[in-house]
Order: sequence, then structure tokens, then C-alpha cells
Amino acid sequence: MGLLSDPNRRRALISMLTRLNAPICVVCYFAGVAWFMGLAFEPFTLRTYMSENAMGSTMVEERFPAGERALATGREFAAHKKKVGGMPVDWLVKNMQDRGLEVFTQSFSRTLPFPDENKERYIVKGTNVYGILRAPRAPRTEALVLSAPCSPGDSNNQAVGLLLGLAQYFRNQIYWAKDIIFLVNEHDLIGMQAWLEGYHHTNTTGMSWSPLQGRGGSIQAALSLELSSDVITSLDLVLEGLNGQLPNLDLANLFYAFCQKIGVLCTIQGKLQRNDWDSVSGYSHAVQTMMLMVMKQASGRPWGDHGLFLRYHIEAATIKGVNSFRQYKTDATTIGRLLEGMYRKLNNLLERLHQSYFFYLMPSLSHFVSIGYYMPAFGLLAVILLLRALDLWVQLNTPPSTTEDGVADIDQVRHTLLSVLTPLVISHLTGVALYALPIRFQETAVEHFPVSETEAVVLTAIAIYTAGLALPHNTHRYYIMSAVPDVRGWRVLKLIAVLYLAVLLGCTALINFSLGFILALTLVPLAAFVTPHVPKVLSAFILVILSPACTLLFSVFFFQELQEMPVSFQDGWLLYLSVISQGILDHSLYGSLVYPLIALLVYPCWLLFWNILFWK
Amino acid sequence: AEWIHRFSLPTCPLLAVLHNENTNFIRIIVSIAGQFFSSGHTNNWAVLVCTSRFWFNYRHVANTLSVYRSVKRLGIPDSHIVLMLADDMACNHRNPKPATVFSHKNMELNVYGDDVEVDYRGYEVTVENFLRVLTGRLPPSTPRSKRLLSDDRSNILIYLTGHGGNGFLKFQDSEEISNVELADAFEQMWQKRRYNELLFIIDTCQGASMYERFYSPNIMALASSQVGEDSLSHQPDLAIGVHLMDRYTFYMLEFLEDIHPASKTNMNDLFKVCPKSQCVSTPGHRTDLFLRDPGSVLITDFFGSVRKVELTMDAINLTDPIKQMEENPVNGEEQKEVYSYADQLPVSEIIHQKPKQKDWHPPDGFILGLWTLILLVFFKTYGIKHLKHIF
Repeated sequence: MGLLSDPNRRRALISMLTRLNAPICVVCYFAGVAWFMGLAFEPFTLRTYMSENAMGSTMVEERFPAGERALATGREFAAHKKKVGGMPVDWLVKNMQDRGLEVFTQSFSRTLPFPDENKERYIVKGTNVYGILRAPRAPRTEALVLSAPCSPGDSNNQAVGLLLGLAQYFRNQIYWAKDIIFLVNEHDLIGMQAWLEGYHHTNTTGMSWSPLQGRGGSIQAALSLELSSDVITSLDLVLEGLNGQLPNLDLANLFYAFCQKIGVLCTIQGKLQRNDWDSVSGYSHAVQTMMLMVMKQASGRPWGDHGLFLRYHIEAATIKGVNSFRQYKTDATTIGRLLEGMYRKLNNLLERLHQSYFFYLMPSLSHFVSIGYYMPAFGLLAVILLLRALDLWVQLNTPPSTTEDGVADIDQVRHTLLSVLTPLVISHLTGVALYALPIRFQETAVEHFPVSETEAVVLTAIAIYTAGLALPHNTHRYYIMSAVPDVRGWRVLKLIAVLYLAVLLGCTALINFSLGFILALTLVPLAAFVTPHVPKVLSAFILVILSPACTLLFSVFFFQELQEMPVSFQDGWLLYLSVISQGILDHSLYGSLVYPLIALLVYPCWLLFWNILFWK
Repeated sequence: AEWIHRFSLPTCPLLAVLHNENTNFIRIIVSIAGQFFSSGHTNNWAVLVCTSRFWFNYRHVANTLSVYRSVKRLGIPDSHIVLMLADDMACNHRNPKPATVFSHKNMELNVYGDDVEVDYRGYEVTVENFLRVLTGRLPPSTPRSKRLLSDDRSNILIYLTGHGGNGFLKFQDSEEISNVELADAFEQMWQKRRYNELLFIIDTCQGASMYERFYSPNIMALASSQVGEDSLSHQPDLAIGVHLMDRYTFYMLEFLEDIHPASKTNMNDLFKVCPKSQCVSTPGHRTDLFLRDPGSVLITDFFGSVRKVELTMDAINLTDPIKQMEENPVNGEEQKEVYSYADQLPVSEIIHQKPKQKDWHPPDGFILGLWTLILLVFFKTYGIKHLKHIF
């Protein structure tokens, strides 16, 4: 007889499962964590390589000569920006037209749901200016984008200057097969969102913008430039985009190949690559780089202006010029040559970048880990949930030691189901409240408490979150049938909760591995050990520590540590509040999914476990 | 004399006339004539195919055009060259020097020139078109420039380049030709007497696999790499941004630049082009199907179209008038054997499975009737009561 159909063997298998369940879960958990940490170990990673045949190697001759002139243009731009007090639209339009581009502008406006205290804006009105360089001999079917943000103050002037210098140089070449769009966007991400929505005729976030008068075909790739100093010491590549989406690895490979050819120092996550992978410090350096990428990806926010392109299947990255205390400085001409080389290679593309990986982690710029290598780490954590579910199923199917008469059995079943449904519904309603109420009731909160709107929103969110902790003491009053819920009821609830968490985390990890993995790290042990029979006070404390809000708090401190800018507790708390407000803003401005995911799905799931803990 | 029959050539009548004269003199002329017509061909054709398209395959087009250039320089006219190219390099939007295709870096040599005549361009370069050109099975509306109008006295040069693998060659990213198909096409050409001798050169990765399956006579084959090896490209041009040529063809072009129409360089020198030190891959060649010794085969037998002209300062005394070859009498005593093509697809034999009966048998009904008659006579004679024992 088969292994599963033979009753004796089945019983043996089941008894082994129930006996060894806890040890296997513990082993799987530590194996998952160890696998994840091992991803940064260099022999387990692969060297990056160019997968796209059409892009070939870096064999082009870069001849961009006008770095100094670009810097002078940047200074002019800075002067005009100060004079106008915002974006000098007329100067930009005239300048781009003089360089032979077809220039268009787009105005947009948006009222944020509540004021953004980090960037100090509430009602945003702005103009984007973009010029299209038409390919001399090609049909206008494809385009490439080079963008630089118009930032207030003294930042990014050199970026706009270099953009205009490159525009002039590119205009004199005849080998362009795609149109090149030079975009200067105001109010960084908001302006970029308006431009992209206008370009693709979609309106997903409720912004109002004027339609684009000129278009260039479907965009194949985009680069965003951030340069705030005349000379730089290194170039930093930023890949993480909205909802943790990453561009095709070939774009990073192209950047790295050109950095090596031209001889510019290149970094990722602001960290320079090290060669001593077998030493402890070398390994920890790689782990730090990878953890920074994981943190940034998990936050789901676009970390550069490029982050919004990825949603439209346009491969995009941000290149930041960094001026730190190193001896060897690179001037603007060299940066211009690097960009020229990259654009000549992107020009050779026949199809969109698709040969290389879309899901990867990079412990350094020359090594990567693909999805096939990092998914087992998450898989090991998900297996714990499945083992627990199997264990509960077995327990539910064994008949109880005290036998009841048949009549009461049917009522028991109905009690069980209904008593399970109540916590489910109430948890999800709390989640909906957490999602919708903070923004809706900010005016009421401002009237009654001496706080600003942003603080009102964030504190309302935290208040609702904490109020959810009080629920189990109240929900049992709402049980409809008799006031004695079955002892088995919590097992059914836990089974449903564990499976729900498994599906939720699995789907999250597929789209945004970092977010799924970090949530799994804290929620899976919680889901595995919680029962009504564990010591209440200690478990309640552990549950609160492992809840999503506290995970976020610890992540904030950890992120600051990784960036070598550790913060005190006060500053950390303020940073935490601003992170929550940014999350809510990102959701309404750009459609980031992290806040709805946590509020509507992860938090109710956690509340179910809280209910199980306090089951009577 | 027997030596006349040894040279079964159109020059027979001339020699037949001269056989009455001084034998020594004839021997000299025969030896010169022997050099004249040692190859046995009277016209030259070239089929040059580049099977790749797209900008990053620039080098394959440059390969084919440089062979085209050499072949034209050595005398084969455009009417005898079938050139198949994707032809999307010279006017590609990415070409910084439009209307040119360079084979040497620093733009020394523009192989596109201004007199390139491409016969099959763009999407017309397909496996089907290539095989139809070789075998001659083209629709009647095909113009002459797209046909390979060779006969049994033609020496044909076939040059293929592109991306290949073990036993196949990729045509324009959508189809492949296998070495078996190519060998069968050459066999069709042999059976239709479409070539006298054929030189097959291929410059792709694992090119030697393409000539492994040839089985028709008079084919010599060269390849740029053995099975399992990749053919490498030669040099990139940074201004244009692509590799310009493949190594094997680059060194072959250098070799061919030294050939002029009167060169006596033979095939053994061509086999030595691009040794492993220059080419990184090992070029290969195959001569077992070729009847002549490769050392006696001139490069210009295939790459050039040499009109053999011999100037003589001596007078030749023609005393007897040239006798016409006697026409066969109409009521021909000699019955010339009529040749016909072997039936390629014997449909009738396939459909009618039973073989035709050659000798005559009496019809079956007759035999049955005969035996019935014998039985009846037997029972009539010996009594009808025996009949019931039978039935």
C-alpha cells in the first residue's frame, strides 16, 4: 500500500509530524535566516555580465568635450532659479530651443491629503519642461529619456547644466536611432508622476495636469541625473523603485561596465566594493550593502526620480554624483562621456531590455543574487506556517477525549464557525478603520488637539493601531450564540489565520521579496507559537514587539545604523513618525502599496493572533 | 591516336586537324593546351550569402562584401554573382557614416562602394530562396539577376557567413538550414549538371559541421572553425561601435588582395590562411570529394573569371582545310542513347504497390473452369455415386 493510503503508515507519519513539529519549525527558521545571511557571501553570488547581445560591450568612442560649458550653464540656471523663485520655465524653454530641441511644457497641480513636513509642501503647483531631440533618420517610434530634477536651493544645478550640455552635443550626432527626451521636472516625484501620466494617457492618482503637446514614441530606457557639485569623487547608482520594483539588471551592468572603462569610482548604496570577501569585515560590508538594498526595497518608496518609470515597464535608474573626501576627483566632462557611452549603447537596442534578471539582490555592484537563489530563504520560513497548519488540522480531526451526545455536536460546529467569523470580521473592520480614518478625521483631530495635520494623521493611525489591542476583551460580548465558545474554536481560528498569513506573505514576497521576508521574519514565529495556553503577559509583550508597527520602528533604527548615521531615541521616534506619514502620502500620491497592505491585510492578520492569545 | 581521346574536350577538332603535322610540335601545343584547360571549366559563378541582419551583426555583412569585392576585382561580373545580404547596415539609423560599410578600422576600406549590386536583400534572404537559387527551381518570373544560370562547365564559389552551430546555420533569426539540406541541394546540382567544380567556404561558429555531410563529387570545402569552436571577430571600430570583420575572412581578404588575375597561387595556400595563432579557432578543409589535386587548383579558378588568352609569335601552318565533323545521318545507324533524368519521385510505383507482371499467365477463370471440367469428366466416367463423397 502507498505511503499515504496505508492507515498504519499514515498514523505513523502523523504522529511523527506532531511530535517533531516544533523542532522542525525551529530548524527551518534558523535555516531560512542563515540562508539569507549567506546570500552576501561572495562564492555564493554570481558576477554580473551583459546579457543583451545588441548592447554588446563598451566599445564606443566617447567624445563629449564640453564639461566646463555645461557647468557654466548650470550656474546660469541657478541664478535664474533664484531670480524666479522656482523653476525658470522661460529661460529653460529658450535655452533648449537654442540647442535645436523641440520644447514643450506641462503644468500640473495637486493638493496633498495632508501637508508633507519633510518637503514642506501642501498645495503643489508646478511646470515640467522637456525637449525632444528627434532622431535624424529614424521613425519616431522609440525614445530614451534623460532627466534632471529642478530642486529648490542649490541642489542639482550642475545636473541641469550637464543635461543641457549633453543635449547640445547629442544634437550634432547623426547616429541616433531613437528620439531622446531631455526632461527637467519640478517638485521631483510629483512632477515626474504628472509627466508620466500625461505621456501614457493614464490618470491613476487624481492629479490634474495639462496634456502633453509633444511625444516621442514608446520609452525604452530612462536615466535620472542628480549632481550637485562641480567635481565628484564617485557615482552612486540607485535602483529601487516604487513598490520595490527594480529595473532590469542589464542597466546596472551597463553602468558598471562603463564605470570600469572610463575609470570612475562607482558605488551602490553609497558603499564602495571591497575585494576581501573572505575576511569578516569584507563579509559584513557585503551584508550591510545587501541589507541596505533590502530595507530600501521593503519600504516600497521610489528612491529616485527613476522609481516611477518602472511601473510603465521602462527600465530606469538614478545616477547620483557624490563629492566626498577622496583624493581623485572626476570632472563634468568625464561624467558627460560616461552618459554619452551609456546612451550610445542604449541606442543600439532593438527591443526593450528583457534578457537579464528583473528580480535580484546586489551585495555589491559587480555581484548579484537572482530570485532562484534568494527565494528558498523565504520558502523555508513559509514551510513553518504550513507545518503548523498541518499540525492544527491533525489536532482538529482527532476526536476530543470527552464525548458529547450527538445533539450538542451540531451546535458545537455552528458555535465554532460563528465564533471564528466574529474575530475575522472585526479585525478586518479595524484594518479598514486604520486605512481610512486617519486622513478623514484629521480636521476633527486638529480642532480638538494642539497638533498639526501631519501629526494628527500619524497619531490617529497609531491610536487606532493601539485600540485594536483592546479588542479581544470586548469581542466576546458579541458572540451571538451561547456564551460558551468551544475549546476547539481557537484552533479553527488559528488554522485560518496561519493559512491566511502564508498566502499573504507568499504573494508579497513574489512582488516585493524584501517586504515579504522582513514581515515573515517577525510574523512567522509569532504565528507558530501563539496559543491561549502560553503565559499571557509575556506573550502579549512579545506579540507587541513582533507586530508590524514595532518591526517598522526597529527597521528605522537599523536603517540609520546601516547608513552609519545612528540616531538617538528621540530623533528616531520623530523619524518613525515621518516614515509613517511618508508611507501614507506615497500611497495617495504615487500608488504605493505598502501602506494599504499593512493596514488592510497584515494588521488584521496580526490582530487575529492577538485574539487567539486572549481566547476564552 | 590515343592521346586525342584523353582530352575529350571541345578542342578535339583542332587537335584532330593537327595530328597530320609534325608530332613534336603537336606535343608542345598539347602540353600548353593541357595547362590551358586543366581545370575543365569555362565560366565562373559566385553565390555570396550573409545570413544575419541587425546592427550588431555588421561584421557578417562586411565579410560578405569583402569577398564580393575580391571576386569582382578578379573578374567575375555582377551578372555572374548572386549576392544575398540583409543590406540593413549602410543605411542603418545607427551608422555614423551612412552609405558605407567598413572592413578595416579607421575606415580604411569601404567595401560598400558605389557599385554594389545586391540581388536578394532584406527579408528575401531565406533558406527557401537560397536553395531555389542553387537548384534553379525558380518561378518563371524571376529576373536573370536573381538566377544562378550555371551549366556543367561552371565553377561556382559559394560563401556563407552568419551565426551557426553544430550542423546548422541560422538564417535571419527565424529559420535554419541544416548540413543535410545543403548536401542534398548540392547533390541536386550535381545530378542536374549545374556545376563543374564547387568551392564552398563558410565563416561561422562550428563551420566544419556544415561540410561534413557532402557526398557529391567535385566539391572542395573550407570552414573557419571546427565543431565545438567559435569563430571570433577581428577588431572593433570605436567610432562606429561594432566589430567590423571576422578573423577568418579578414585574413582571407588580406590573402586575396595579393591575388591578381594572372596569379598562379593554388588552393594549398588558401588552406594555410589564418592559422590558429591568428584565428584562435582551427580552420578546416575537405578535399576528399574533389577529383583534382588541390595543389593544381588555382585560386583564380574559383575567385576569378579568367579568360584564357595565349599569344603566340610562331606561325602555324594550316595546309589542309578544316574538315567539318560529319553530321550524323538522319536515318542514324548509331543510335545515340537518349539520356533522361532519374525519376526523382516514382509516384506510379508507389501508388501501385503490386509490381507489373512481365510474363503472361492464363486468366484465373480459365484454370478454374478447366479443373471443373476434369472433375465432371471423372465422375461421369466412374459413376455419379462417387460424387456424394466429395460433397
